[in-house]
Amino acid sequence: MEVCGTHTMAISRYGLRDLLPAGMRLVSGPGCPVCVTAVGDLDVVVALARLPEVTIVTFGDLVRVPSSHSSLAAERAAGADVRVVYAPTDALELAAAEPERQFVLAGIGFETTAPTVAGALLMARERGLGNFSVLSLHKTMPGALRALLDAGESRIDGFILPGHVSVVTGSDCYRFLPGEYGVGGVVAGFTAADVLEALLLLARQQEPAIEIGYRRAVTAAGNRVAQELLARVFAPCDAVWRGLGLIPGSGLRLSEEFRDFAAEERFTVEPGEPVEPRGCRCGEVLRGLIDPPECALFGRRCTPEMPVGACMVSSEGACAAHFRYRAFDDPAGADD
Amino acid sequence: MPEDRILLGHGSGGRLYRDLVRDVFLAHFANPVLSRLDDAAALTAAGRIAFTTDAHVVQPLAFAGGDIGRLAVAGTVNDLATAAARPLGLAAAFVIEEGFEIARLHEVCASMAATAAEAPVEIVTGDTKVVQRGAADGLFITTTGVGEIVAAHDVSAAAATAGDVLLLSGTLGDHALAVLAARGDFAMTLDVRSDCAPLWHLVEAALAAGGPAVHFMRDPTRGGLATVLAELAEEAALGIEVDETALPVSPAVRSACDLLGYDPLSLANEGKMVFAVAPGAAEAVLEALRGRPEGARAARIGTLVAEHPGRVALRTGYGTRRVVDMPVGELLPRIC
Repeated sequence: MEVCGTHTMAISRYGLRDLLPAGMRLVSGPGCPVCVTAVGDLDVVVALARLPEVTIVTFGDLVRVPSSHSSLAAERAAGADVRVVYAPTDALELAAAEPERQFVLAGIGFETTAPTVAGALLMARERGLGNFSVLSLHKTMPGALRALLDAGESRIDGFILPGHVSVVTGSDCYRFLPGEYGVGGVVAGFTAADVLEALLLLARQQEPAIEIGYRRAVTAAGNRVAQELLARVFAPCDAVWRGLGLIPGSGLRLSEEFRDFAAEERFTVEPGEPVEPRGCRCGEVLRGLIDPPECALFGRRCTPEMPVGACMVSSEGACAAHFRYRAFDDPAGADD
Repeated sequence: MPEDRILLGHGSGGRLYRDLVRDVFLAHFANPVLSRLDDAAALTAAGRIAFTTDAHVVQPLAFAGGDIGRLAVAGTVNDLATAAARPLGLAAAFVIEEGFEIARLHEVCASMAATAAEAPVEIVTGDTKVVQRGAADGLFITTTGVGEIVAAHDVSAAAATAGDVLLLSGTLGDHALAVLAARGDFAMTLDVRSDCAPLWHLVEAALAAGGPAVHFMRDPTRGGLATVLAELAEEAALGIEVDETALPVSPAVRSACDLLGYDPLSLANEGKMVFAVAPGAAEAVLEALRGRPEGARAARIGTLVAEHPGRVALRTGYGTRRVVDMPVGELLPRIC
């Protein structure tokens, strides 16, 4: 199983499934930060977008993900102020330029992205930006891996471990996988050769272990500075993952020192009960129980142009990757 | 002209308007037809006419390798070229925002004049309107072109035949990344220049070498090569096989795509042409393309086939095959 959106894309893009020997199957896990954002959390973001004084600042394709009844793109078309940035520091510049508006950064992403948001918060503190806040929806990987294995639903024999997350966390944090579950993992880079090498290393393991394939970027201990930043600005909390439900300690909320930047404290919204889209099987896709084409909506009612679930919207989502880069003989590719 | 900025009065058809036409447009575009300042330009053509129009709304207005003026001229000349039409004349309609600096308008017109001289084509008529501040993103230019079709045979998707060789005149994605770099959204320097260029000479060379063997021509602008191939496959009711390793992509574009998660096939170009040529003439046409500076990196990229009509298959460097679709929606960089 791979648990990183960029790995999902790379596997599909290079058609690696076609190259595997019989008896080896690649399954996608919850590696896409947009895809694992719970519908209820997205409803909060949408509700914030509707506040007239608020500008929602977000990364990439969160804009198109359907919430219970809307999406940020739909809200923007209806007059809400929603802006896409590439780096969290861009949000600070926006806030500084328009002091009369409140800028809320929808903080999604795993350990790769969270340190950059932490850095932005330190800068916001230094600059005394009172109109900037963060709705932290960040999540951390180890808890999700545990939850997947605890559920015991799909037989995972090994993990292709995330490349960039591991640059920050280091590979030691995965040692519980062989230690407690008897499952090995290899931290992989993003070229086809990197992914294939990781599979080779996994296949060759005599006993389950954690290895680093992506040696040019990842160490056992990880990036201390980023880890310290995270520890200062964020604190672990429980988080709801789409498809996986509540995973204790798998989320990041702002620490006591930075609570004044927490959007959920600064604004009060009542988003109502979350509604999952009917027929959507994103949850099972994220848990690796089904491949995207097994969902009845895949390629028919749910396509990149008209997505129903998050896994199809995000370019890193398993369904989007499968659809965009589908193997030529994939029946989902045939015209309806 | 004493004013240094465009005023609403410049669009009102009176004295200010005549001064603007004389001091800016005529100063750069002067030619016998335009200088008459008639409401309509009289042109002579020997045979069939090609007619096309394009609106240009790029932001920012200038970028490495070009600006909105160069785009406006090259874009329309290239659309005419795809119909095997020598450009006879362009009309240029400007919608300018009140407050726009006249000095910048001079720069844009100088760029248009230089590009027109390269094409070669003359700007023989035009119009100017001025709108209130905030209504036009600075400047919008619409160019309409008339051309004289020089090919006796039909050049269109209908003429494309199974077995035809697909040629691409050069590297992919240069324009898209040059514009992105100019927007300053990414805090990184991209060593890319827009490929924006008029391609009549290139097309003329291809037609001289291949004659009626040149079945189809189209320029991959917004939507990239993927869109042109998808359209061709659908309109011709044929399949397409593309060799990914044959696609010319500059190292800078490739690195940027890897970093940002973009696919070179989806990126916009403004100085490239795709040709479908009967197999017997493919080498000769390729040589002719490579003989022009705009075609120095021309390459054979694939073939039209009778199998899987309407679908485009990409063979990756790993020997796997996957489907190529038209890109959907805005290009958004990856998050994690």
